[in-house]
Amino acid sequence: MSFMKLTASTIAIAAVSAGAAVARDNVQVAGSSTVLPYASIVAEAFGENTDFPTPVVESGGSSAGLKAFCEGVGENTIDIANSSRKIKDSEIETCAANGVTDIMEVRIGYDGIVFATDASNGADWAMTPSDWFNAIGAKIVKDGALVDNTNETWADANAALPANPIQAFIPGTKHGTREVFEVNVIVQGCKDTGAFDLFKAANGDDDKAAEASCMEIRTDGKSVDIDGDYTETLARIDSDKTAFGVFGLSFYENNTDKLQVATMNGIAPSTETIADGSYPVSRPLFFYVKKAHIGAIPGLKEYAEFFVSDDLAGPNGPLAAYGLVADPELAATQAAVAAEEVMAK
Amino acid sequence: MTDAPVSKPKSSLLVQDARTKRRNASEARFKIYGLAAIGIGCAFLLTLLTAILFNGVPAFKQTFVTLSVTLDPAAIEDAENSTLKTAKYKAMVSEALLAELTEVGIQTDMDPTKLGDMLSSATGDQIRTYALAHPEQMGQTVEFTVLGSSRVDGYMKGRVTREALANDKNLDAEHLDIVDQLAAAGKLSLKFNPAFIFGSDASEKRPEQAGLGVSVVGSFIMMLVVLFLSLPIGVAASIYLEEFAPKSRLTDLIEVNISNLAAVPSIVFGILGVAVFIQFGGGSLGIDALRKSAPLVGGLVLTLMTLPTIIISTRAALKAVPPSIREAALGVGASRMQAVFHHVLPLAAPGILTGTIIGLAQALGETAPLLLIGMVGFVATNYPSGFFDAFTAPNSAMPAQIYEWAKRADPAFYERAWGGIIILLVFLLALNIIAVILRSRFERRW
Repeated sequence: MSFMKLTASTIAIAAVSAGAAVARDNVQVAGSSTVLPYASIVAEAFGENTDFPTPVVESGGSSAGLKAFCEGVGENTIDIANSSRKIKDSEIETCAANGVTDIMEVRIGYDGIVFATDASNGADWAMTPSDWFNAIGAKIVKDGALVDNTNETWADANAALPANPIQAFIPGTKHGTREVFEVNVIVQGCKDTGAFDLFKAANGDDDKAAEASCMEIRTDGKSVDIDGDYTETLARIDSDKTAFGVFGLSFYENNTDKLQVATMNGIAPSTETIADGSYPVSRPLFFYVKKAHIGAIPGLKEYAEFFVSDDLAGPNGPLAAYGLVADPELAATQAAVAAEEVMAK
Repeated sequence: MTDAPVSKPKSSLLVQDARTKRRNASEARFKIYGLAAIGIGCAFLLTLLTAILFNGVPAFKQTFVTLSVTLDPAAIEDAENSTLKTAKYKAMVSEALLAELTEVGIQTDMDPTKLGDMLSSATGDQIRTYALAHPEQMGQTVEFTVLGSSRVDGYMKGRVTREALANDKNLDAEHLDIVDQLAAAGKLSLKFNPAFIFGSDASEKRPEQAGLGVSVVGSFIMMLVVLFLSLPIGVAASIYLEEFAPKSRLTDLIEVNISNLAAVPSIVFGILGVAVFIQFGGGSLGIDALRKSAPLVGGLVLTLMTLPTIIISTRAALKAVPPSIREAALGVGASRMQAVFHHVLPLAAPGILTGTIIGLAQALGETAPLLLIGMVGFVATNYPSGFFDAFTAPNSAMPAQIYEWAKRADPAFYERAWGGIIILLVFLLALNIIAVILRSRFERRW
């Protein structure tokens, strides 16, 4: 019976000691997988350069992160949500309903979205938003009327492009990247090809409905949603060499040997072209801080200030070296973080 | 298919008639099918093992550069006063590298910052930690062995080629010329890297520094929790169900449900873990220790998952003890409890332990439920400060860390994921060998 006694006492000791554990002393972050690399670089440097423990950074997508963020206030909820899009009004309402009222919004910089295919496909890829809309939109314009999209090759979408079969791997709806892709590429292409006006006429002059119709993607398998990370998209392209995928700029820059990037409106994506705004598909990256946790969780404000400091998020910092496009208005962000400014209700 | 005609002379038993031949042929065919099935299985296993070893073994080696850094007090003071101290230290290392190149006679017109891209950004922290720990060496020149960057490492391992660097902005072909010359001068080499086995996870910018050690600790703690919870609970439940419980509708129902639970996908237990342990236990009840990313919670979730396996194998082990043992014990006046604990349980122990170890091995390789309780991400960054802290400090687990590495952007992490699989397999193999030894040494047959 001594074994049973030993087991019982061990469990008792473990339970007591675990119950007596001190309050959480590390910052907890979750959210966008696009922001994760930057957040992990900052977290690592934060752990090395300060006396605070290294923050924990989880991924899972912007929406998942903001959902966890809005679960409530307290030690068992996360302190910061990383997001590759702005927080939605509905999310702010959910937050408020759960007692998360004072939210600090911090913009850390910009990220480019690039369109890339396997490196074996040559460099001859000058694309425009219209090409993408014609390739994967559900309904496109043909001879002045809206018809179901039957384009088989990129040459069908734009005669100047090579006749590779259309196969696109685009981010799934839980990714913040998807929204930027829809707004900056698909809707833009929709407007450029004239489909928008036709949709608008068909929907009784309703802009919103027309936009929604624009964003409908063809469902015959030519466009596939990827819910995983960019590594999954890369693996898909690896097995289907002529396919196109949507990536973040930093991911592409780590895999330039495998991927051939397409220019958009004649501009090649790079930190420079995104910073000066000439490359059209970019989006701001954010993180959101629970103000109620500042003071309760040691190192939270310090982490936020450290993140946006010139040494890290500035044009010569490690984040820019990894692919982040530095925010020209970083100084304003730094001041806002220092003053703990919360979002307007 | 008709019977042989009666008129035909009776054949000898040694001469096979047509039907016997057919039957023998079908038996031979079946053997070939069986062999083919085994062959295909082995081929798959062999492919898998070859792929794992081929891709994973390079992860155990790493490119190191030897260079002398002067710990200049003024530069160190300047660095200590800045926000990103380690970057200033890294700049000192870059200067030292340039000096080193000049010393061994390598010509370059690259500026130190660009030259420094050859070295890991982890070097800054390495020098800083050393300088702060050895104030007496201030002003002296110290020889350091520092990590090369992941691209340089990839070049040394043949993963990165000159052509591949054409569009790369981290490294140029020019760097590779210097790498070649440094390697020839003996200043740069591939060495066995214990930090891969014992180190902690690193950010996406420094795959060269990442190691599995901290998540091994996480896995170990979770296995402790699983062992100390599921073994007593599982054994107590099975003893009651097997030896004491009356056969009724209720016990039948419990039995069916235990079997069903064993087949429940593990992700379900993860969702349960979030809802019950973190949100209810940690949130509503306010138990501090039950928080996201804590190995204690991971262990509890895996306990739920392992319990059915242990109950089923324990019941099988108890059933295998012949009733005569119980009857003999009862016959000489033992109570039922004495009969069970003095006679049946010791005889069933090897079977119970084997089942427990198999259950533990299953839990060790589980990733899905850990995704939901926050053990995947940039988590396993520091060793816990003590034994009890290890239960609550955020940590990952081996399979979760491997999954995390596999999805990071830099291909160098992919190599480390394969290397991590090798370490995980070694642990699983060790557990299974222990199970086999226990079974063969202690198992009794009647």
